[in-house]
Amino acid sequence: MTDPLHLLTFWQNEAVRTALWIGAVAALLNAVVGVFTVLRHHGFAGHALGDSSSAGGSLSIFLGIGSLWGFLGMAWIAALVMGWLGLGRAQSRDLSTGVVLGATLGVSALFLYFDVTVTQYSGATVDVMFGSLFAVAPKLLLPIFLTVFLAIALVLIFYRQLLLIAADPQLAQASGVPVRRLELLYLLLLGTAAALSALSIGVILATALLLGPAAAALRLARRPWQCFLYAFLIALGSVWLGIYLAFASYYYNQGTSWPVSFFVVVLLLLAYLTSLYWRPRPVRSS
Amino acid sequence: MFATFYWNTWLAASLLALAAGSLGFFVILRRNAFAAHALPLAAFPGGALATFLGISPLLGLAGFALLGVLFLRLFSRQGRRDVAIGLLLSSFLALGGLLLSLGREYAARVYGLLFGEAWAIPAQSLQPLAVLCVLLLLLLLWQFRPLLLQSSSPALASAAAIPMDRMDWFFLLLLAIVCAAAVPLVGTLLVFTLLVSPAAAAQRLLARPLAAWLLSMLLAEILVWSALALSYWSNWPLGFFIGTLGAGLFLSSRRW
Repeated sequence: MTDPLHLLTFWQNEAVRTALWIGAVAALLNAVVGVFTVLRHHGFAGHALGDSSSAGGSLSIFLGIGSLWGFLGMAWIAALVMGWLGLGRAQSRDLSTGVVLGATLGVSALFLYFDVTVTQYSGATVDVMFGSLFAVAPKLLLPIFLTVFLAIALVLIFYRQLLLIAADPQLAQASGVPVRRLELLYLLLLGTAAALSALSIGVILATALLLGPAAAALRLARRPWQCFLYAFLIALGSVWLGIYLAFASYYYNQGTSWPVSFFVVVLLLLAYLTSLYWRPRPVRSS
Repeated sequence: MFATFYWNTWLAASLLALAAGSLGFFVILRRNAFAAHALPLAAFPGGALATFLGISPLLGLAGFALLGVLFLRLFSRQGRRDVAIGLLLSSFLALGGLLLSLGREYAARVYGLLFGEAWAIPAQSLQPLAVLCVLLLLLLLWQFRPLLLQSSSPALASAAAIPMDRMDWFFLLLLAIVCAAAVPLVGTLLVFTLLVSPAAAAQRLLARPLAAWLLSMLLAEILVWSALALSYWSNWPLGFFIGTLGAGLFLSSRRW
């Protein structure tokens, strides 16, 4: 039977189904956390946490423990250190993020070097830094689902307070919201989102998934809840379409497929560009 | 450690530390750490493309760093700067990943481009690096006062009729020069530490701009030299020592 778009083989492929599921939950968490991140101008921190988690990823390969816990653990440690160094004022936020980022990048340089030289696994750098949705083990599905479920539940419980802190920290402080504790919670959630996307679509693309859909949604939406919905739809669409395009590229390129992450990022970039010109408005708040 | 074979590495690293330390001072002043992190990453596909086409890596790196500057300026005019930077680095890295996956020596090149190959600096790459670093220092000295004013107090600068937009271009251009020069040595990821930690520590220790600027260069030299020495003795990658020593430097300046 003819299958010019390779849709049948696409659906029947086990790795593809896993990738679609992981992509969907990573998109959900990143879209939701991303809206807070973009609102608060924490793009750099979000990116740094993703990069930091790569140190955990490389460490877990070296020690031979589960990569999920490596990524998550290091992202949480980095989030706590950032919270301790202070993300309050713009100046110190920039620097404390930078210091954590620099230190963890150094650590991943070391462990990736060990991975390559000691364990003779030369693909470690590519795996950790670029990731591949098709390579995620199906047994990771359940722990990832649970983590995302927990994170989303926490966001829903503290939704109003988190939004208030993002919109106006001083007002939140004045109205008795426990700002410091929620700040830490938010950083841990950010770390979780960054680590999950670092694990699935790769460290370097985590940032695009975190910031792209949320920034686009913030330009399109008129009400707060719409931001989250649009961000999720944009993220989900880009990830799923990216997976399909990467899968199809295998057939159009005579047996070499292009990386999934490349397609996902291009789609995310296109979505953001569209939002810029959809409703252009001067933003003077940066 | 000082064998003639490694002479290139020491010389290249010293030049680079001078350039990074001096520009880093302005990176901190302008709160542009994210841009300083993203532009070297934007140069990454240039390195990959150069491997792919077999041209000089420096050419590819410089070209893509400039493209990155262009992208950043275009996007941050329309939308938010941190979003623009985040998307810049993701999309350029994805392009680099694609280009490398099309080539053959995938895995080895990725590590080299991301984390540097400090001990394998060939003699012929020393000259362009020296030219870039000297060029950067000259440009910086030429516009030192206006850039300092515009970075520390934009309001005063516009009162003194210093063109804001042109200064931003100028600064990003200088950043692109440092990136192109630094990537072969310390890799795309750790250029950033070299730019940020010495300068941040220097500004914490000294209040006067000129003194802090000089101290920043001195600290960058100390950082690079001790990282090189440790890397030589331990046989561990240079990037690890630059990253951790840089963080240590900043934290100890905080405690001071």
